Amino acid sequence: MFVRLQSDPFDPGDETNAFLDAHPETGALVTFTGTVRSTPDRPVETLTLEHYPALAQKQITRFAEQAIARFALTDIGVIHRFGSLKRGEVIVMVLAIAPHRQAAFDGANYVMDWLKTDAPFWKQETGPEGTNWVTAKAEDDAARHKWEDQNGW
Amino acid sequence: MRVLYFAWLRERLNRSADEFELPETVQTVGDLLAWIGEKDEAAALAFEDPRLIRAACDEELVDHSAPIAGVTTVALFPPMTGG
Repeated sequence: MFVRLQSDPFDPGDETNAFLDAHPETGALVTFTGTVRSTPDRPVETLTLEHYPALAQKQITRFAEQAIARFALTDIGVIHRFGSLKRGEVIVMVLAIAPHRQAAFDGANYVMDWLKTDAPFWKQETGPEGTNWVTAKAEDDAARHKWEDQNGW
Repeated sequence: MRVLYFAWLRERLNRSADEFELPETVQTVGDLLAWIGEKDEAAALAFEDPRLIRAACDEELVDHSAPIAGVTTVALFPPMTGG
């Protein structure tokens, strides 16, 4: 398992290949890659991510360990960036590896849902109309709670 | 006690941290918010809606009723938006 917080860009393809190479025995790899989104009605030029390093490392490690235990994953890796990113750049990547595909999908989904609401990162968008802090979304809380309702996790 | 501020809380308070000697009456995170607000008008405004303030005591997420006796660092921040 690995959890990396970094300001430097990374290549999701290289990360995927390295993780697969490290687990030649596995049956399924699911990856999620999140990027800086910019749409015509909400154009974003840069996204600045502030974080609380010690708590972020601790929280993401906790979600990753829970995912391994809950879904019997072979392994999991998480990379999360901080600092200033441009539109289209990669922010986050989760790589979940398991003997079967459903566990790998669930493991990646679980970590992302928790990460959205309980990992100490805050996003500030800059676009043509200025700079604003991204507000937390109720649907992210709902996505995270759905895991809590199952089997007491 | 060290108190850290992040994101728009840090901006509104115009600082990222405080060091406090707390009176004995300040026993919980909620008490701490009220006490800082009494000392500082900017903090009072920033903490106006407590539902928007989350907290961690020594790097553990807690709610506002959590006791702060023995805690070294309290971090205060808005709801998180990772991922």
